[in-house]
Amino acid sequence: MKLSDKAEEILEALWIESEERGTGYAELDRMEIDACDPAYHELSAQALVEIRDGRIYFRPEGREEGRMTIRRHRLAERLMMDVLNIRGESGDVKACQFEHLLNEGVDSKVCTMLNHPATCPHGKPIPPGDCCEEARKSGDLGVVPLTELKPGDDGDIAYIQTEDSKKMQKLMAMGVLPGNRISLLQAFPSYIFRVGFSEFAIDSAMAREIFVRR
Amino acid sequence: MSFFGKKGSCHETPTVSSTGAKKVALVGNPNVGKSVLFNALTGAYVTVSNYPGTSVEVSRGTTTINGEEFEVIDTPGMYSILPITEEERVAREILLTERPHLVLHVLDARNLERMLPMTLQLIEAELPVVLVVNIMDEAARMGLEIDIPLLSQRLGIPVIGAATAKKVGVPEIRAAIAGSSASTIAPFGYSRLMETDIAGIAGCLKADYILSKKSLALLLLQGDTEVADLVRDSEGEGFAQVEATVREKRFERRESFHLDLSMERKAIVKKVLDGAFRTPQKRVVTLAERISRLTVRPSTGVPLLLVVLYFGLYQFVGVFGAGTLVDFLEGKGFEEFFNPWITAVVKGNVPWPVIQELFVGEYGIITLGFRYAVGIILPIVATFFLFFSVLEDSGYFPRLALLVDRVFKTMGLTGRAVIPMVLGFGCDTMATMVTRTLETVRERVIATVLLALAIPCSAQLGVIMSLLSKTPGALLVWGLCLFGIFLLVGLLASKVLPGDTPMFYMEIPPMRLPQFSNVLTKTYTRMQWYFMEILPLFILASVLLWLGKVTHFFEKMIEAMTPVMASLGLPKESAVAFIFGFFRRDYGAAGLYDLQSKGLMDARQLTVAAVTLTLFIPCVAQFLIMKKERGWKVAIGIGLFVSTFAFGTGWLLNRFLLLTHLV
Repeated sequence: MKLSDKAEEILEALWIESEERGTGYAELDRMEIDACDPAYHELSAQALVEIRDGRIYFRPEGREEGRMTIRRHRLAERLMMDVLNIRGESGDVKACQFEHLLNEGVDSKVCTMLNHPATCPHGKPIPPGDCCEEARKSGDLGVVPLTELKPGDDGDIAYIQTEDSKKMQKLMAMGVLPGNRISLLQAFPSYIFRVGFSEFAIDSAMAREIFVRR
Repeated sequence: MSFFGKKGSCHETPTVSSTGAKKVALVGNPNVGKSVLFNALTGAYVTVSNYPGTSVEVSRGTTTINGEEFEVIDTPGMYSILPITEEERVAREILLTERPHLVLHVLDARNLERMLPMTLQLIEAELPVVLVVNIMDEAARMGLEIDIPLLSQRLGIPVIGAATAKKVGVPEIRAAIAGSSASTIAPFGYSRLMETDIAGIAGCLKADYILSKKSLALLLLQGDTEVADLVRDSEGEGFAQVEATVREKRFERRESFHLDLSMERKAIVKKVLDGAFRTPQKRVVTLAERISRLTVRPSTGVPLLLVVLYFGLYQFVGVFGAGTLVDFLEGKGFEEFFNPWITAVVKGNVPWPVIQELFVGEYGIITLGFRYAVGIILPIVATFFLFFSVLEDSGYFPRLALLVDRVFKTMGLTGRAVIPMVLGFGCDTMATMVTRTLETVRERVIATVLLALAIPCSAQLGVIMSLLSKTPGALLVWGLCLFGIFLLVGLLASKVLPGDTPMFYMEIPPMRLPQFSNVLTKTYTRMQWYFMEILPLFILASVLLWLGKVTHFFEKMIEAMTPVMASLGLPKESAVAFIFGFFRRDYGAAGLYDLQSKGLMDARQLTVAAVTLTLFIPCVAQFLIMKKERGWKVAIGIGLFVSTFAFGTGWLLNRFLLLTHLV
């Protein structure tokens, strides 16, 4: 029962209005997609939404569908920005086209690759999927930036993600090399870590670019 | 930015020019003790500290071993032979152009694993390398065991274990220098794929180079533009082919060449160290590490900083240096004994009053210039440099740097700028020179502005503290004013000047108990430098003031400045202090001191004068260094801004104090 692109967009808009703003419904007149669009019929025919008095409401199955749709949309945004480095408006447009491909388990693959992000690039929450729950239960924290470690934590350096090759060289010359053991000693006001028998201080911008496997 | 073709660049102190003596280059990471070794070998003194990147210049000295003379070259620290910063470029240039008889690679025993990749690079460059594994004493204390003979065998080069700060290993190093030097063929190699890529480029290189072709090929692959320039000049027509091959390989390996290379080197190092480097089962936590933790944690670090400032700066420099010592030297030594005596001598031997004035008059070379320099400035500066050297050698500054990084970021600087800023409290001229160690031009300009404007040097600080100490309110207003302006101007400068937020990274050396002799030597060399810098200026100032006085030009100048002084609510006599201030700010401050002793100013006037004078244009020497480091345009720009800002602030402050009667 794959929904049309338009139907998915209606679900997203309704999710934001009804669930995130907490109104419980959305005004049909204020929806971006015209009220006489067949997509509304598609949704009510599948018993996902209910339309009465010019307002549109979720049915219980529809709420779950809306939740997953918004999740796919925001995962697509993250993918555009974090991995493909497409930012700004063009990133948003591309994400809107891309989200419809994240069906049938592709979303959890992308989610795992992105290490189960909790928010979209605009800071809105990404509803967790089954893969996120499982990861949390198994304690597999995967690869996290150094900023996620607590003082006293250890880890192995997994990779360095930076666009600045000078910075990369500097970090590598300092001994920040994949495979090396790293211990975080302090996180404020600067990050202090130890590699081998030397200690280093870096700012948070640099700490975000060192990825560590716990 | 090519350094090639101009042998002997402007960075060198030309003590020993190429007399044909064989050259020995000291290279290695920052803070591994290259300068200590240099001093031990040559008997000269270059500044040594426990702060990475102290040596920003190349130092040269000579040493004689078995009757043969060698030229020893100390280089700024470098992490790899692929340079990133300016200092690293300077250091690498020595390797590229000077054909050293021997390269001493100095490294820190505790960080053998991290620093050996550079040894590999030097060996594969086919330079005659001797490895000095330094700081063996601290490594032993941490329970590390290093098998030096095995290391030597595996690397195929001589390896010497040393603790140069305690002179351990120095005779062996001298013997190695005197011995024959031969480059070896590296007994290690990279993966087949990497070697094929290297050979493909090395094969195109036909000219004669100092570094091996393998090494050059690797540098080209890493996108080293300087080496590309060198190869272009040497290869001539063949360069097109080299360039094409390099471009092709770089594209093929665009994903991760730097990383691949580093990982391969890491694997080689692992093999070399297997069984030759043993670490203890349990980490030994030393007392120094515990103290270190206290200095970097904000909850204990900030109070500790205040304690350091209170006892070091206020009690030691302020109360003892500027109070007790100045009273003794200036008050007793000069006023009671030396001045009356020299005045009598001069007046007895020189019949002309004009010439008497020149030496012992109101602005006399001896009674004013010399008295200021020796009686007031010297004791303050001496105590400051002593305080600074102790902190520097203990390894406190890198810790302070990481503590203040966040605050400094708002001003477009990083924690790294803490060294020039603190040094500025000693001597702004010296500090302006040190801004060179900052990474971007933007940081250097911001630091230069702040030094010129809001950081009073120790001499000034001392004099002003003793001026205002009788009225605590005034001291508070002065302190708050300067602190506020420091933050405000920093904030504005970071907004106005284009550029990105700089990044902060720093190696934190272990804390050490400062060595008494090193602290003394360092204080002494800094004082010597300082004294040589200021004494001629003070004498020149005295002569000019004397000229101004005998030609009555001086009075006209005071006349001319009277309206300015009046707008600040100051008596016209204070113009004299500002005219002094043109020469040096501390000289001006000392002038205020004289005015106050005569009882010519009240508390409000003193406060306004002190703030304005502190902000006022930097001394002549600092201005000249600004010009040297930043160029005419920036220097004049900063000078104008600072002067306008100083008088503007003075005017505002005077209005404000009149209105509020705060002081």
